Amino acid sequence: MGDTENLKLTPLYNRHLALGAKMVPFAGWNMPVQYSEGIIAEHRHTRTHVSIFDIFHMGEFRVKGSGAAAALDKLLARAVADQKTGTCRYNFLLNEKGTVIDDLIVYRMDENEFFIVVNAGTRGNDAARFRKLLPSDVSFADESDSTAKLDLQGPESADVLIGLGFKKENLPLYYKWIKTQINGIPCILSRTGYTGELGFEIYFPADKSETMWDLLLKQKNVKPAGLGARDTLRLEMGYPLYGHELNLETTLVEAGFAPILKLGEKRDFIGSDVLRNSHPAKRLAGIVLDGRRAAREGTPVFISGKEAGKVSSGTFSPSLEKAVAMAFIGSVFKIEDGTPVELATDRFKITGRIASVPFYKNGTARIKI
Amino acid sequence: MKKYTKEHEWVEIKGREAVIGITAYAAKELGDITFVEVHPEGTDVIVGDVIGTIESVKAASDVYSPISGTISATNTELEEEPAIVNNSPEEKGWVCKLDNIDLVELEELMTKEQYDKFLKESASSSKK
Repeated sequence: MGDTENLKLTPLYNRHLALGAKMVPFAGWNMPVQYSEGIIAEHRHTRTHVSIFDIFHMGEFRVKGSGAAAALDKLLARAVADQKTGTCRYNFLLNEKGTVIDDLIVYRMDENEFFIVVNAGTRGNDAARFRKLLPSDVSFADESDSTAKLDLQGPESADVLIGLGFKKENLPLYYKWIKTQINGIPCILSRTGYTGELGFEIYFPADKSETMWDLLLKQKNVKPAGLGARDTLRLEMGYPLYGHELNLETTLVEAGFAPILKLGEKRDFIGSDVLRNSHPAKRLAGIVLDGRRAAREGTPVFISGKEAGKVSSGTFSPSLEKAVAMAFIGSVFKIEDGTPVELATDRFKITGRIASVPFYKNGTARIKI
Repeated sequence: MKKYTKEHEWVEIKGREAVIGITAYAAKELGDITFVEVHPEGTDVIVGDVIGTIESVKAASDVYSPISGTISATNTELEEEPAIVNNSPEEKGWVCKLDNIDLVELEELMTKEQYDKFLKESASSSKK
């Protein structure tokens, strides 16, 4: 069961317990994996209405200074210098081998200030790397402990904010953020998320956690959702999870991100030489299984009887009502949508087909509101 | 007569057959059950053998046979609707039936009162 004594607690720990949450260790934190209704109900509620997720465990950094944009442009795989104030950009921290130290989102706050949101398990390493590699005239601060993050996700999430006094036309557009207040609490509100649905991520002072949580939970159709639903929601969208689809053994090209990297351009960043000249050994693919039985991380994938790769994430998909998986498949194996695969361990064998992601095609993330 | 195991299975004797399932506690701990597989009818099992697998969204768990016998029926409704195990773990969500059983083996298992006490004791020891 693991040692739960040294786990960190979010400011909402008691709220989670009161809501009947099952708590599990995740990246050093004691986190709600589900509440009393269960993962599938929370998943469906997020797809049809709106849920809130306590995402306090993720890290928030602030990078400031006249050289900040140029310095981040060297450290991160996607361009930062051309990013406009008011936008968010999904980005990656790579090492010299072109493999992934973390995936993160960069918010450009103004010409010389950036807010960076990183994974919980990689926060310490990331911070050390930024501190080491940023020039001395650029300041770095890890604001994670004082910054709360709540994700409001689902097709009715904009209605919740409108109910709290926002005008529809003032809500941020997809991958944009605004500085605002919710019932007097100052926050950064971005139209981003990890569910594939219309949604917002809210960053605000940690000591206001309970006030904000209670306020949001009181709104029409809002229910809490845990890390279990967060994982099934992201996997139905084919979104990567650090430690699974992204890791130190996989280059960003192998993880499937070449199309957004603009490697043909002149911009150099840590890892760019390797990525430009790389011969990927594997690539990430989606698999829809024929039944409800899920393949788990590490399950070998066979194509025409030959071992072709391994599952990186797998779960039962509540929307498709069958199992889905992501897997790394060796580059020598030809695959396309519909290629039959077998996933087998010494205990079981399940069949399925290669499928393009997202597995769930009706996500509302980009809809016009 | 209904008895319980430390692995959270129940077994109930109905006529010459033993009906087997997982306890309400186990179903709640697993969370949403998404898949149930049991060995086919005719499989001979002895006490402690794996007779099937139950998967939830987050994990897969084995089901162990509380007694020896031959699988005489499986609950085919669980193939399409495994959530029955969550909704009715100790009745409609039965997993399989065994015949060729020996009632003496039941003496090793816990009564309802003993199982409830076992759950309480494991809950308090895991909090330390």
